[in-house]
Amino acid sequence: MEELGSLAVWLGAAWLSLVFALIVLPSALGVSLGISEAYMWVLVKTLEWATIRIEKGVKKPQPQMLKIPAANGIIERDETPMEKEIAGLHRMEFRFSDIFYFCRKGFEAIVEDEVTQRFSSEELVSWNLLTRTNVNFHYVSLRLTVVWVIGVMVRYCFLLPLRFTLAAIGITSMIVGTTVVGQLPNGSLKNYLSEVVHLTCSRILVRALSGTIHYHNKENKPQKGGICVANHTSPIDAIILTNDGCYAMVGQVHGGLMGVIQRATVKACPHVWFERSEIKDRHLVTKRLREHVADKNKLPILIFPEGTCINNTSVMMFKKGSFEIGGTIYPVAIKYDPQFGDAFWNSSKYNIVSYLLRIMTSWAIVCHVWYMPPMVRKEGEDAVQFANRVRSAIARQGGLTELPWDGGLKRAKVKDSFKEEQQKNYSKMLVRNGSQGNLPAGTESD
Amino acid sequence: MRKSKRSRRRRASPTVRSLACTVASPASTKAKMALLDLFIRTCCILALLSREDFQRIPELAINPLGDRIINAFFSEGEDQVNFRGFMRTLAHFRPIEDNEKSKDQNGPEPLNSRSNKLHFAFRLYDLDKDDKISRDELLQVLRMMVGVNISDEQLGSIADRTIQEADQDGDCAISFAEFVKVLEKVDVEQKMSIRFLH
Repeated sequence: MEELGSLAVWLGAAWLSLVFALIVLPSALGVSLGISEAYMWVLVKTLEWATIRIEKGVKKPQPQMLKIPAANGIIERDETPMEKEIAGLHRMEFRFSDIFYFCRKGFEAIVEDEVTQRFSSEELVSWNLLTRTNVNFHYVSLRLTVVWVIGVMVRYCFLLPLRFTLAAIGITSMIVGTTVVGQLPNGSLKNYLSEVVHLTCSRILVRALSGTIHYHNKENKPQKGGICVANHTSPIDAIILTNDGCYAMVGQVHGGLMGVIQRATVKACPHVWFERSEIKDRHLVTKRLREHVADKNKLPILIFPEGTCINNTSVMMFKKGSFEIGGTIYPVAIKYDPQFGDAFWNSSKYNIVSYLLRIMTSWAIVCHVWYMPPMVRKEGEDAVQFANRVRSAIARQGGLTELPWDGGLKRAKVKDSFKEEQQKNYSKMLVRNGSQGNLPAGTESD
Repeated sequence: MRKSKRSRRRRASPTVRSLACTVASPASTKAKMALLDLFIRTCCILALLSREDFQRIPELAINPLGDRIINAFFSEGEDQVNFRGFMRTLAHFRPIEDNEKSKDQNGPEPLNSRSNKLHFAFRLYDLDKDDKISRDELLQVLRMMVGVNISDEQLGSIADRTIQEADQDGDCAISFAEFVKVLEKVDVEQKMSIRFLH
């Protein structure tokens, strides 16, 4: 028994020292040993091989399943506006056929609507050897199954413990490091050390997720006194961004481990954490953020204006609050590659723990981050228009579609004002200036 | 040719919608039955949709006739619709030309024939299912479509005029035959069909 005990201790020590030497130390120094690059290379080759096997293995003529789904969806949508479809020339009366328009629109929405599909994970073009993405499973070949089994073993028996260790080290060092730095008096030394601690811990955490991040246009990186705005896909967005620079986070105070991290980090770096009650008071929030932005020595604020996680295929409505603060906006577009691992957090389906577990048992997290040139509010532009302008720029850069719908529709019902708008448009066709049109009675025609 | 499945809704019946849409798309009856068998075998037959599930679709919730459309899925007194019922209602919107491919000439009239499409539209008006659209029923639908933007009197006169024009047997209500006559020249096929891509 003693021998087993000492063997276990020895193994544990060896494991930890390997992790330290190969991963933690390079993170602190900002150096890469090339291990993750090698891993990614092997992964890419394996997935390419798997795709070819699947395509060969499909015996029945069902190529549609593997083709890229049409960008405009599964049904042919007729985008003619209501006016053109119903009205025709000089028509100002009701017809029985008017309901056809609403009827068809309703059914099109039932078959495939733009909004609810954004709150669940994106479908993949071809299987990436993860069970969770196996939509159309049918047995293809023995070799593929063997590779899949090896994949499962590698992911759960090797990668998961490794990532878990790294995450634990990362979080612990973050808490300890920022607490230590927080004891120092305010000054440039404190700021410098706080940056070092944050960057190191972010790098460790990114490695804990096997993250490969490609940063583009680094010359546009957010400056001090600015506001950084990005599309939101998952809680790890913040870690992805802090891997390359320091930001002042904005968010709600949580309990538990998250709360501990928040309390520790705020000592070292001026993050802005709001109490639950404060968040409801929009003026208070705006005031505090304005004060932060006014101080040009403070780190740029990081805000996700969508307010909720969207599945990274589109950018939904930006809440105007962040755009009323003033200051320079630095938009950032984040696009994940779903082939290696799905980063989207479907909060109605998974809680944070199962989400993290899924992330840690994926192949890797690969994403592209584009820093975009700063934008300011133009003369005569209100917050909503400015928000839409920034949103369009982010969507264009990241290759995402733009949707005017509110991300809050994930949980809340849609406002009645949209329905009232449609009703108003239709009534304009029936009655104009209080009088009705006079057309020959009898049969209707187009 | 079948088309690929689409992304799922996040609630109780994730596969109902996607499978139903696959089935309602241009596919042979045989393929349809095969899919239904698969559906039954995978125990998804227990998946049921309620009215709230439909109301969660934002684009449907803002449709002025949204509630009527949702009602069309549920039979009398029922609060839940299963896959079969969902499919039957959706099948009304299959394009007509596909009937030439399935040579089921001796069977009952397919759900997506012109007559059945018109009947579907008729039922949207005819709330009490007495096979007549009365003035009140027409007023109700009109009110749903225009909201608060038109006064009662104006709406009433619009309804009266419409009934007057279409009514042929003088009973101040529109029967199905009169409804069909009024919509003789309308391209029902194009307006009441949903085409699936690939």
